[in-house]
This record gives sequence, C-alpha cells and structure tokens, in this order.
Amino acid sequence: MKKNSPLIKIKIQNEDFDVSAETKILHQKNTGAIVNFVGVVRGYDEKNNQLINSMTLEHYPGMTESEIEKIVVDCYKRWELTAVTVIHRVGNLKPSDQIVFVGVSSKHRQNAFDGCNFIMDWLKTKAPFWKVEENNKNKNWVSFNDSDNQALKKWAK
Amino acid sequence: MVIKYFSWIKEHIGKSEEQFELPKHINNVNELINYLNEIDEKYKLIFEKKEIIKIAVNKTYSSFDTNVSNSDEIAFFPPVTGG
Repeated sequence: MKKNSPLIKIKIQNEDFDVSAETKILHQKNTGAIVNFVGVVRGYDEKNNQLINSMTLEHYPGMTESEIEKIVVDCYKRWELTAVTVIHRVGNLKPSDQIVFVGVSSKHRQNAFDGCNFIMDWLKTKAPFWKVEENNKNKNWVSFNDSDNQALKKWAK
Repeated sequence: MVIKYFSWIKEHIGKSEEQFELPKHINNVNELINYLNEIDEKYKLIFEKKEIIKIAVNKTYSSFDTNVSNSDEIAFFPPVTGG
C-alpha cells in the first residue's frame, strides 16, 4: 500500500480542497460507508475574546507527511478501511476557510466513524503543525489544548 | 548537525535552522541542550521549561535520552496545534 495510491492519499498544501471530489475518490470497491470531517477557521478567538483577521499554519515538511502516513496505515488495518484521505492546508487562511479534510471509507459505518474520529484526534495532538492567529493589533501562537490529549487517550488499544 | 526550530521557538531563536559541528563528547539530546545553554542565553530561555518542548531526531519523535550524531537533523518545537 503506497501513499497517494487510490486507497491512501495524504496532502499538505496551500490550495483549498473540494469535498465533493474527495468524497468520490473514497468510494472504492466494497465501500459501504463514507465519513468526512472538515475543519474550518473560526473568526473568533474564544480564549482571548477577540476577532481574528487571519490564521497562518506552518508545519515540519517531511516529518508531517511521514508521521501522518504511519498513523493512517495503522488506522487502515485497525478499522479495515477501504480508503483514507488526509488533506491539511498550510499558509495564510481567512475565517471560514477550510483547514483540514479527513475522509474515511469502510464496509460498515461504525468503522468509518471511528477511523475518522481517531485520525482527527491524532492530528490534533501529534501532527507537527502550528497555528498563529492574527488580528489588527497582534499575533498569537495558538496554545495546545489538553482536552485534545484526553480525546486521544480513549483510543488506546 | 542541523537544528530546526518551529513556531514561537523559531521566533525566539531568530532563525528557522542552524548548522552546528557537534563536539565529540555530546551523545544525546539532553547533552546537546546543555551545550546550547552554555553557548547563549537565548537557548536557556527556551529550555528552562524543557518538559514542554517536543523533540524530533531525523523527523521522528524522540526523547531527551535519544542518541545524536553530527549527521543528524534535530528539531525542537512546542506542542502541536494543527487540525
């Protein structure tokens, strides 16, 4: 199984993505369920109680892709998936822009729900991306949220 | 050796990466951090709370006792915030 085969697709990119087109790719032979997650830039920083003009995402090229690939291959086997796509955008994004797409297909719905949920929990805590939020006055590196760590723990085998 | 920095650590150090000739007596990440702390105060400020710093050696998550050599790529970064 190779990265960017029809079954596993991992992309780190500046460009936006088309959820409909990505969903069609996930529809493989034997697929009975498809679950997609789309993360979107919020226009408001709840922690600091202020509007956000934009958000910039940086990552660690090379490590990001290899770490995501490891977890996706693991997930593919664990939930007997029929296809997985992870697209994560980097660069400058505006409120309501799409940030991340995780799409998972399987024979039955529960495995697709669980696989998608697991990959997102893992991305939030392990994939080397960092967000900085900008408004008119300053920029703030987004701080890590421990509730994301707790979310990942529920998947311990 | 190449050392890479990300997020607010990169801003604090003032560069995204730097090259070092690793002294022979340094064998692991912890010893590397002690060495950097001796070179410049800016590293001390980063590593004084080193329990929150994440480490990668050759693009794989690693720990303070991971062995390092002069041909390695080391990265220091804060907890991740993607997704």
